[in-house]
Amino acid sequence: MRYGYYPGCSLGSTAAPYDVSTKAIAKPLGLELEEIHDWNCCGATEYFSIQKTAAYALVARNLALAADQDGLKQLTAPCSACYLNLRKTDHYMGKYPKIGERTNEALAAGGLSYQPGSLEIRHLLDIVVNDVGLESIAEKVTNPLKGLRLAPYYGCLIVRPTLGDEPVDNPEYPTHLDELLDALGATVVDFPLKAHCCGGHMTQISSDTAYELIRRLLQNAADYEADAIVTICPMCQLNLDAYQSQVNGHFGTSFDLPVLYFTQMIGLALGMQPKELGIGKEIVSASKVLKKIGVETEEAEAKPERKKRDDKSLPMPKV
Amino acid sequence: MTERVGVYVCHCGSNIAGQVDVEDLAKWAGEELEGVVVARDYKFMCSSLGQELIEEDIKNEGLTRVVVGACSPHLHEKTFRRACSNAGLNPYLCQMASLREQVSWVTTDKDLANTKARALISGAVHRVQLQEELEATEVPVNPNTLVVGAGIAGIQASLELADAGYQVYLVEREPSIGGHMAQFDKTFPTLDCAACILTPRMSDVGQHPNINLLSYSEVEEVSGYVGNFHARLRKKARYINEEDCTGCGICIEKCPKKVIDDIFEAGMGYRKAVYRPFPQAVPKFPVIDTENCIYFERGTCKACEKFCPTDAIDFEQKDTFLDIDVGNIILATGYDLFDARKIPQYGYGRLANVFTNLEFERLCNAAGPTEGKIVMRDGVTQPESVAIVHCVGSRDVRFNTHCSAVCCMAAMKFGHLVMEKTGAEVYSFYIDLRPNQKGYEEFYNRLLEEGMHFIRGRVAEVTDAARQPGEEGKLIVQAEDTLLGMQRRIPVDMVILMSGLESRSDAHDVAVKFGISCSMAGWFTERHPKLAPVATMTDGIFIAGTCQGPKDIPASVSQGAAASASVQAMITCGTVEIEPIVATIHEENCSGCRICNNLCPFNAIDFNEEKMVSVINQALCKGCGTCVAACPAQAISGAHFSNEQIFSEIEGLLFDVVSGNGSKAAEPAKDSVPA
Repeated sequence: MRYGYYPGCSLGSTAAPYDVSTKAIAKPLGLELEEIHDWNCCGATEYFSIQKTAAYALVARNLALAADQDGLKQLTAPCSACYLNLRKTDHYMGKYPKIGERTNEALAAGGLSYQPGSLEIRHLLDIVVNDVGLESIAEKVTNPLKGLRLAPYYGCLIVRPTLGDEPVDNPEYPTHLDELLDALGATVVDFPLKAHCCGGHMTQISSDTAYELIRRLLQNAADYEADAIVTICPMCQLNLDAYQSQVNGHFGTSFDLPVLYFTQMIGLALGMQPKELGIGKEIVSASKVLKKIGVETEEAEAKPERKKRDDKSLPMPKV
Repeated sequence: MTERVGVYVCHCGSNIAGQVDVEDLAKWAGEELEGVVVARDYKFMCSSLGQELIEEDIKNEGLTRVVVGACSPHLHEKTFRRACSNAGLNPYLCQMASLREQVSWVTTDKDLANTKARALISGAVHRVQLQEELEATEVPVNPNTLVVGAGIAGIQASLELADAGYQVYLVEREPSIGGHMAQFDKTFPTLDCAACILTPRMSDVGQHPNINLLSYSEVEEVSGYVGNFHARLRKKARYINEEDCTGCGICIEKCPKKVIDDIFEAGMGYRKAVYRPFPQAVPKFPVIDTENCIYFERGTCKACEKFCPTDAIDFEQKDTFLDIDVGNIILATGYDLFDARKIPQYGYGRLANVFTNLEFERLCNAAGPTEGKIVMRDGVTQPESVAIVHCVGSRDVRFNTHCSAVCCMAAMKFGHLVMEKTGAEVYSFYIDLRPNQKGYEEFYNRLLEEGMHFIRGRVAEVTDAARQPGEEGKLIVQAEDTLLGMQRRIPVDMVILMSGLESRSDAHDVAVKFGISCSMAGWFTERHPKLAPVATMTDGIFIAGTCQGPKDIPASVSQGAAASASVQAMITCGTVEIEPIVATIHEENCSGCRICNNLCPFNAIDFNEEKMVSVINQALCKGCGTCVAACPAQAISGAHFSNEQIFSEIEGLLFDVVSGNGSKAAEPAKDSVPA
């Protein structure tokens, strides 16, 4: 199965482990991922609210490039925001001819054009669950995630809005990731907030609001005694992982929940080494949790303690 | 042409005259259309003065054909046919042109309206001259009636017919009659208990000499036509001989296998593998459920047989069939409940203390699994707060767009019962409250005074994910309160989902079996939404209760009684007239290909195996013409719709583009092409 692959900016930086693990599992799952040449940023979540035509054109450039890349019919993005932007642009360019015309006018400046509907845009999770198939994945599992309690976290961008006639998964209570983790042998905990928002870029705008949104999710996963949270979106991963200690400080809580990508979980179940999957780069370490399934990770090097500001003491001699 | 045609254009007050220049239309018809000897317009053609106008002209002017340009023939065709008949003209020599439904009501452009009105009148004048005299046939009506479904609507219909002295076959799929009403606790708005008012009627049915009750039975096949239906009924094996069984219940007591009762107890209680749905069941005979019976599973046990004092158990019993002849059929097949699992964010099936309305009915029913104690799923704890979610699966574009009509009142009834029995706080989350029958608004006011909380807002989710202090261990119901304009989160112990009413899952199959139509949503279609609410387009088949659409008990009972009255009118009359507008197969041209057999929407075409030709049952045929069009050998002709008549009508409709038909050939004006 051949797909156009649009990694998006975050997979090159904060979400590098997502990119690494996606590429690692592609081969065993029989996925042929072909990166779109010269792709650009999708504009993330805010741009559409600021400047419509420019925002559509920014996304449509990627669509035009992908559609030109010898006979690609399907395009996948692992990032939920990229996925939604690509899909939204394709959908609205077709549904509202005016948007289609103006966007193509903008693309023409760069000698490009895009015919809406020429690509089917799908999230990586959809492809793994529906194209590769749960049965086929279950057959390949060599190291089942037995005994691991996982909270499946979808976030809000993959399920809503429903573009087109039929939603890919239930928009209010999706189950694809639940089914996938179950096929990998893990214990899937009920996670009522699975499709609630992580706050997105709210951490940069109003941190109090963002911390509360993140706290709810962590609290809910902890209430159901999850060992870890599994995400499908780099933004969700970043917020839950990188801000966990801030949330703990803000609310006086003591959450210790690693947040991993679903691609990493697939890789582990297929018997791959944590390092091949980018495991170890997460901020809340997963090593304690992964021991449960017999996976040993290299302990991150102990960071030298940072000197406190009012510390006047002199450095110790090296031993 | 030697026919003398009269054309009558109705103003219908201003309904037609407001858009169409009726006087000019009549004048035009009189001057331009061949064969027209009289053309008049009149304020209300359907009034007795209007009808007399036609009758007088038939007598004085010697009219041989009549065209009335008025409303749809659905409304007044019978009226004008009768007028012709009164004046000695065969009623089938009268033709209507729909100037109201097809012209004046559907456009605001007067020029277009005038052009189309001329076309319709011209078409009618052309075809009417080729119409033939037809005679209606009369058939006798069998005085027996088949009632399908023994919920409250079917029970009411059966009792009224039986009390009037007519024989009724009452068929019920379940082991007992009573329907959904038998499961309910109290009934709104009077709060009398459902069982107290229903069980006397049930035992009346069981004992009535004129009612042949066939419980645990289904209708297999229906054939025939109004006045003369044949039905084949399957009596499913009970594995208990009804002649011998005394209904003592020892078999139930001794049966070692206990299973969850998904039907009567809505999954909240248990029953044995040999069971009666409830103690007051009618008939009193139990049924062995072969899927769970240990004997049927493993070949040993037979505890019931050992203990039965009258040797009534018969493990060898087989389904039996009964063929009956009836004159009329009443369908009262009821409804299914929406499956609340389809809305996962409400947590049904996932969160223990989320209940459906039917589960709650069983919970507060004194004969239910908790003997009427309102407790949470653990079976002991009383809730201190309860939320009721309205419109679950109703008024929702994703599932059913209709309003289920009963949930608002049922929710208030629940609120009253919860407060009365437990003193808990009750929160009702509604979109709109619709207490719109006698005594309902007063009941709502009573609940307001009793302190039930009404919050106007559709519930977003029911969750156990606590967010604020006070929410831990509770179910939190989140909704936007659209009156306050703010988000609200109400922590409660128990949630009741008011699942909406849906048509039966097999409603489409039943409609096909009985030759009636149903909506896309599966509700059976009445002949007229206001004026013929219990008749169907198939003569002799009536509908009553929720199979026609969501309704409460009083409305279902009214429909049962209405259907019974309609049937009694048919029986008292003794004979029924059958429309002569039917199709005929010319045997000599029929190749026996049977293409028409399956196409007929009224099951009117049979295949004669001996002659190898198809035959139309003229009493069943509605003259729709499907077979006529489909026949590859053109062996079928439709009376009143012959090729000549239809081509002539088309020629008339195209009066302004066809030349040489007696009317002026005119270039159609660019903006006045008829729609």
